[in-house]
Amino acid sequence: MNYSLWFQLIAPELILSVSSLALLLFVAFGGERVTKLASILSVTALVASSAVALDFLTGDGFSEGADAFYGQYRMDRFGSLMKLLIYGAAIVTLIVSPRWMEARKAMRGEYPLLVVFAAIGMGMMVSSVDLLTVYIGLELNSLAAYVLASIARQDERSSEAGLKYFVLGALASGILLFGMSLLYGFTGTTSFIGIQQAMSDGISNGALFGLVFVLAGLAFKISAVPFHMWTPDVYEGAPTPVTTFFASAPKVAAIALTMRMLAEAFGGMGDVWQQIIIFVALGSIVLGAAGAIGQANIKRLLAYSSINNVGFILIGLATATEAGASGAIVYLLIYVAMTLGSFLCVLELQDKEGRAVELLPNIAGLSKTRPGLAAALAMFMFSLAGIPPLYGFYGKFLVFDAAVQADLLPLAALGIAASVIGAFYYLKVIKVMYFDAPTDVVATDRVAPERMIIITLLAAFISPLGYLLSAGIGYYADDAARALFWAL
Amino acid sequence: MNDLGFPILSLMLAVPAIAAVICLYVPASTARMVALLATLVDLVLGIILWMNFDIGGAQWQFVESAPLFDRFSWALGIDGISLMLIMLSVFLMPICIGASWQAIQTRVGEYMAAFLLMEVLMIGVFAAQDIFLFYIFFEAGLIPMYLIIGIWGGDNRIYASYKFFLYTLLGSVLMLIAMFWMVNEAGTTDIPTLLNYDFPVAAQTWLWLAFFASFAVKMPMWPVHTWLPDAHVQAPTAGSVILAGVLLKLGGYGFIRFSLPMFPEASADFIWLIFGLSMVAVVYTSLVALVQHDMKKLIAYSSVAHMAIVTIGLFAFNRQGLEGAMVVMLSHGLVSGALFLCVGVIYDRLHTREIDRYGGLSINMPRYAILFLLFTMASIGLPGTSGFVGEFLSLLGVYEVSSLVALVCTTGIILGAGYMLYLYRRIAYGDLTKDDVKAMPDLSAREMALLAPIAAVVLWMGVYPESFLAPMRNDITTLEARIARAKPEGDAQLVMGAAPAKAAEDHGGDHHGEEGAH
Repeated sequence: MNYSLWFQLIAPELILSVSSLALLLFVAFGGERVTKLASILSVTALVASSAVALDFLTGDGFSEGADAFYGQYRMDRFGSLMKLLIYGAAIVTLIVSPRWMEARKAMRGEYPLLVVFAAIGMGMMVSSVDLLTVYIGLELNSLAAYVLASIARQDERSSEAGLKYFVLGALASGILLFGMSLLYGFTGTTSFIGIQQAMSDGISNGALFGLVFVLAGLAFKISAVPFHMWTPDVYEGAPTPVTTFFASAPKVAAIALTMRMLAEAFGGMGDVWQQIIIFVALGSIVLGAAGAIGQANIKRLLAYSSINNVGFILIGLATATEAGASGAIVYLLIYVAMTLGSFLCVLELQDKEGRAVELLPNIAGLSKTRPGLAAALAMFMFSLAGIPPLYGFYGKFLVFDAAVQADLLPLAALGIAASVIGAFYYLKVIKVMYFDAPTDVVATDRVAPERMIIITLLAAFISPLGYLLSAGIGYYADDAARALFWAL
Repeated sequence: MNDLGFPILSLMLAVPAIAAVICLYVPASTARMVALLATLVDLVLGIILWMNFDIGGAQWQFVESAPLFDRFSWALGIDGISLMLIMLSVFLMPICIGASWQAIQTRVGEYMAAFLLMEVLMIGVFAAQDIFLFYIFFEAGLIPMYLIIGIWGGDNRIYASYKFFLYTLLGSVLMLIAMFWMVNEAGTTDIPTLLNYDFPVAAQTWLWLAFFASFAVKMPMWPVHTWLPDAHVQAPTAGSVILAGVLLKLGGYGFIRFSLPMFPEASADFIWLIFGLSMVAVVYTSLVALVQHDMKKLIAYSSVAHMAIVTIGLFAFNRQGLEGAMVVMLSHGLVSGALFLCVGVIYDRLHTREIDRYGGLSINMPRYAILFLLFTMASIGLPGTSGFVGEFLSLLGVYEVSSLVALVCTTGIILGAGYMLYLYRRIAYGDLTKDDVKAMPDLSAREMALLAPIAAVVLWMGVYPESFLAPMRNDITTLEARIARAKPEGDAQLVMGAAPAKAAEDHGGDHHGEEGAH
């Protein structure tokens, strides 16, 4: 037993837990007055945790990673990289939320705290190497997320989104838990590495069922087809800053968790789960693209876009190779930048009374009234569609390259051909903004400087300039992927 | 690095790229000047490039390479083929900017930026020496072209822009998968190395088909040409010029740079697919062109027919065919660009592309009528113009392989004469009956300045094509040697088996005679 080392390993979560509990008291006694301060302090805590995660990622001290709490938790470069992404997304969410929420009188002290609680849960998800820790992390994240979805109490859509998310999320958790219990029953252990060893000489039918149920539960969390139905409704109903959060951080956490489970717990069983992932990946790409075509609400459209993109990330996973995992990690990173950017652009769309503009026809001619914003959104759309030279192409480039290397040629060919379907609706957004006559619904004087700064930074990242970073990103992604496959 | 002491190719990419950014932030009149200046600087750089190009020297010149990115590198370099196509691009760009000087009045800065971006990407495609860098440049051209058609195009621009984008994207993505496979197999992304790598014959078929899907759409070949008439008709004049002048050459360049040298066996296997589609294209699209009422559509269909001459020349597997195909590409780039400009000139005056609305223009617009006639003749392939040289060589080349293909494709010249002369008659001849047509002024100084240089180059290429063939000669030799092992047996040689060298010459002579008789 080495508690001091263990506490050091979980430092990011520790910082967040202690500060969020302290903040909870602070907000409870401080009331409405301290809301702003609570946001600032939450961001500070997240920044501190990010700094620790960054140190773990780049420092030499724990380059091999280390286990804590009797193999329940692992600190490694994969987890640290994912945490950086998660905390980054949470920080962006907290920075852009207050202005939007205050205008709708939905800002309360618990809002930043819930985001931080969710971040703790997600940090646990990406670092856990035991089914129990997985479940605790997942539920901590989910419970915070259910409340966040319905935080705008006056808004019926928000309450509906929260309820839907909760009911379906609980169902998914149940499925996941059932799968876990089967796995435990048939392998006699809850630790990832133990499961792998138990299945090293063949998988029993019961464990196979367990695997399928676990994957179904995870597919719900990453909103992959066929468990994607909740996504458009929740994304549309939840307040936009919350949607921004949902589309970025929890996605990263759930995908990272899926990656770790597949690579470690089911590491030797590649041929068993590969076909499931291939099916889910292609289904997500095609349905995510086709479903988006008829959507008039930008948030719904972006929800389908996230389903579509998850499909591409899963192609990287389907290869069951380090190269594929590395590609998926890079894709995830670029995806977070693109999705944060697009949602921030949506946040920026308000009419003259400050109401949110969410319908596509209402942003017609945006390129004339808000050229900068339109250009940024157009870049995010082209990038999400994976059109070079924007950086979104590079993510697709890597996962498809990995798929070809792994000899999954039909998957690669089908997947990339289906990406053309997706291009259609991304083009529609650009068409509306650039080709249609202006409707002047979007106000030109409601510009939030903090949003525009972040949008500019993200747009610069996904512009061709991003390629200059690809060597550095690739280095850490390869490192993270190696950490994932250490047991094989 | 090169003898010049500075990375000229990167500079040629940087100048328009920087100018494009500037154009976004300055008022309309400044944006026009900036764009013109940048394209002229690039033209000057292009001329420096040509002057310093060592004919007969190393295959790849002006090579620069920087491993800037993770999976691929910033590798540029040109051979004679690339040089000529880059020259075509930088020559047409200032003309495009000039053509838009007055026609474009809305969102001028963005328009100029889009064109400058196009220039960057086109030069990039021809100069890229890394296969993925090539793909990025190749694909990225969709974005500015989509915006050019969609924002500044005609009434049906949205449909046309979607069709253009999705068609070409679908064509290209499979090529990317093929590229991944090739890079994994060969272990390098360097195009010159890949050019000499022998891919397994069984895999070549699939790779060839994946590349074909992309290049056939870009080319465009029948039956995937349908995006072209729509895009051309809806695009603004300068957009059509750049589309016909340079973008259509990407397909041909792709065939000559990738499909032929990398997959010689597969190319030989699919020779009849190419010939078949090309024969259909020549006859069918020429006939379609004959019945058009819209000037731009007519020229668009004629482009498809001319591009079919390029493909048969490329897949003739011999020097004449390859050189001919290259000259047709250059010539068509100039001539169809000029024809679209000619259409633009009268469109700007009357705002209709309907052929029947015009007539008798030779009376009140004599200068226009003369230049238009020159380009019409060049498009038909009259000896003395650039069109003749290329088409003659291509058909000569393909005659060695199959006299049937040569026969069918030569009818394209007759049909070409048919639709072009018919077009010219309806526009320039006849009586001036319509009042609004009567009121149209002749070419302005600006319009003369746009058309005269093209006319000069068209005649130059027609009278002394050696200037344009010389830089490419060594590269064509290399290519011919590379694909010689898969060269299909031609029917012409079967007949004349005894004395091949002399026989080929005689053929040339005979064919020439036929040509003259038309």
